[in-house]
Amino acid sequence: MHIPDGFINLGTAVATYVGSAGAIGYSVKRVNRELGERQVPLMGVMAAFIFAAQMINFKVAGGTSGHLLGGALVAILLGPWAGTLVITAVLAVQAFVFQDGGILALGANIWNMAVVGVWSAYLLYRLFQRLFPGPKGRWIGGFISAWASVVLASLMASVELALSGASPWAVVLPAMGLVHMLIGIGEGLITTAVIAFVAATRKDLLELHTATAGGLR
Amino acid sequence: MNEKRWLLLFFVLALVVAVLSPLASSHPDGLERVAEDQGFIERAQEPWYKVIPDYVFPGIPNEAVATILAGLVGTLLVFGLVWGVGKLVARRNPAQGRG
Repeated sequence: MHIPDGFINLGTAVATYVGSAGAIGYSVKRVNRELGERQVPLMGVMAAFIFAAQMINFKVAGGTSGHLLGGALVAILLGPWAGTLVITAVLAVQAFVFQDGGILALGANIWNMAVVGVWSAYLLYRLFQRLFPGPKGRWIGGFISAWASVVLASLMASVELALSGASPWAVVLPAMGLVHMLIGIGEGLITTAVIAFVAATRKDLLELHTATAGGLR
Repeated sequence: MNEKRWLLLFFVLALVVAVLSPLASSHPDGLERVAEDQGFIERAQEPWYKVIPDYVFPGIPNEAVATILAGLVGTLLVFGLVWGVGKLVARRNPAQGRG
């Protein structure tokens, strides 16, 4: 759901740039306080994996495709602050080097996927872990938070499109929401598959951010 | 698993996924589909400049090879960027859990 330049108007582009800059600035501050150098390689490989996985579009109904966003994955494995920075880096390289997502629209894309996508996943994952303690919360929370983060990010994009006059509210919100409810299933499956891999090989990574919370408690 | 070996394994996994990128569906994504159906796709502007547009490395006749190369370049670029920024931002000593 990378918004190209032209879809959103200048006011929306500026507002989302300001919001994203604030979120990035505060995330840098929190990562600086909470993460050690030891976590940097993990951030790097997660970013590399998400970039590569975002290239793999999978088919959903009606001649449409979708791809992983990765917001839930980074929120679960790195916490929301580092997660926002990792997704921002992926989006920046996509915009500046691959012309995927506009440069004027980069603020909106960061806001939708690196802020709304990451934080909605993080908060829902925490909630489900509290509702279903133990591994159950990990699977249910992993799938639902990944699914919901895609839907919520798409609704945020719809709000920007409607505010920009690209499409009426009553049209763009349900259209974007519905197609991303399908794409979100793929997000949920990939996210839980990676969590399963991590649970089998480096379980400590899954406990890290529930223990230190990486922010909220 | 040993931390370093695990990171290397995950990195190799990312590179393998990048190599598989020509298998991706070429259907429009969710936003493009909605933009086509609702008739606002023509609002999209041409990018200001092009480096590796559409994840196809320029100047390579074989599209699968060009896509794989684009994927590998992007994967390494993102890895390097996050590593560099991470080194600048993260604390030199492991966090003591002040959060």
